[in-house]
Amino acid sequence: MTSTNTEVLGLFIGVCGLLTLLTVFGEVLRARLDKGHENPVIETFMTRVRSWWAIVILFTLALIAGTGGIIVLFAFASFAALREFLTLTNKRRADHLALALGFFVVLPLQYLFVGLGWQALYTVFIPVYVFLMLPIVSALRGNSDRFLIRVAETQWALMITVFCMSHVPALLMIDVAGYPDDRGVLLIAFLIMVVQIGDLLDFFFGRRIGKTRIIPNLSAKTWEGMACGVACAAIIGGLLAWMTPFGIFGAAAMAGLASTVGMFGNLVFAAIKADRGVKDWSHLIPGQGGFVDQLDSVIFAAPIFYHITQLIWG
Amino acid sequence: MSLPRKFAARFVGLAIALFARFITAVRADWQGIEPINKQRVYFANHVSNADMPMIWSCMPPNIRRDVRPVAAADYWLKNKLRAFVGPEVFNCVLVDRRPEARDANHDPMQNILDALDDGSSLIISPKGNRNMTNDPLLPFKSGLYNMGKARPDVDLVPTWIANVTEIMPKGEVIPLPLICTVTFGAPIHVAPDESKDDFLKRASAALVGLAPKDVRL
Repeated sequence: MTSTNTEVLGLFIGVCGLLTLLTVFGEVLRARLDKGHENPVIETFMTRVRSWWAIVILFTLALIAGTGGIIVLFAFASFAALREFLTLTNKRRADHLALALGFFVVLPLQYLFVGLGWQALYTVFIPVYVFLMLPIVSALRGNSDRFLIRVAETQWALMITVFCMSHVPALLMIDVAGYPDDRGVLLIAFLIMVVQIGDLLDFFFGRRIGKTRIIPNLSAKTWEGMACGVACAAIIGGLLAWMTPFGIFGAAAMAGLASTVGMFGNLVFAAIKADRGVKDWSHLIPGQGGFVDQLDSVIFAAPIFYHITQLIWG
Repeated sequence: MSLPRKFAARFVGLAIALFARFITAVRADWQGIEPINKQRVYFANHVSNADMPMIWSCMPPNIRRDVRPVAAADYWLKNKLRAFVGPEVFNCVLVDRRPEARDANHDPMQNILDALDDGSSLIISPKGNRNMTNDPLLPFKSGLYNMGKARPDVDLVPTWIANVTEIMPKGEVIPLPLICTVTFGAPIHVAPDESKDDFLKRASAALVGLAPKDVRL
């Protein structure tokens, strides 16, 4: 077993400890209820914890499987997220072929390019080639009704769910001096952990001390909760610096940045959901809505995290 | 049906359900009824060939076992593959839509009532809200009324299937993997002195009422 795998297992055990605590906490709350009663908040919490268990186990298996496992896992998450996103967008029959190409050609190609490490291609493939080619396919089929809206929505869907998401596994491809290649999986674990823990604590502090809503009628997020969440993410990032090539202060700064971007990303998704009149992107993950709900902040943070890592340490 | 053939039919059925789940993440939303094994006629908005398999796929196995889609004989008997999938995998009740092709003892409504008397549930597509009057090509529309009249104990369940037009528009070959939701509403029955038109209006209103509010432009 490689040293990286040992560290992944160590992390896994740590996270399992945390989840066990949360599970016990929920079970204790449940047990204190009178017989036959049910508290919806506790039930939601427990459904979420159960989903978290599944995600952590799946994610750890992918990390241990290495590059291939991670790419397949995120390609599948991209597929599920793209499906949720495009279910809500404007489309006409004329877009059918373009959308099919998005699912069955663009998405696999993007992950193939990432897997091959062709950085010059995977960073421009969607924003340049796909953005120019797909509208041609739609236009050739001759329906100009709300053409720009249809094209823009399809492109945003691909940008968010395929391009941005593929930047998580793309972290494996960055060469950092003095940071062995196989430790890339730890960098991915770092990004996801700091962003998700920041979100969790933003939620917690938002409930406790949050007063000023950032967008009052759209999202429960508050400036106070967000500040605490980002600060905690930075502290945890500093503590997890051993996983990264950044050093303690670098890791704290990167964690704070990723968490901030992620939280604003969350607001963007709240705006899209409000516009479409839905509460969740789908019902695929029990207790948490869909894949986009689960991954929204990581999706937003990933490309920025990737490029800053590349710029400063690459 | 021989045993290996039965086995093959079950296996293909499972594969179709899995495929439908993988592609469209098809989900049942039981709004008006519980997913229990009770005799029902599920009547759905019909938009493409993909919708009956969708409804069928999202049903739990205990319901699926006893449910029989009512389908067009001229479509499902066209070649050997269809003749296997339609009558054997989906266990369709076949009715011929072309009066001139029916032989003397083929009465579509009698086939349907026989299936109900066997205890099966049915899935039918009464073909939406367009002009249905006395059109020989669309016998199911008044068929729903006749069924409800002839077997008043059976629940008639409106079943709205969302998104299939976009998943598989007519004439396209590749299905788009968009999320498909099948909503089951509250059952209705033909009232004792209700006219056919009144009932059909009420039935189609119950069905349309399940459609998600379209918030798009």
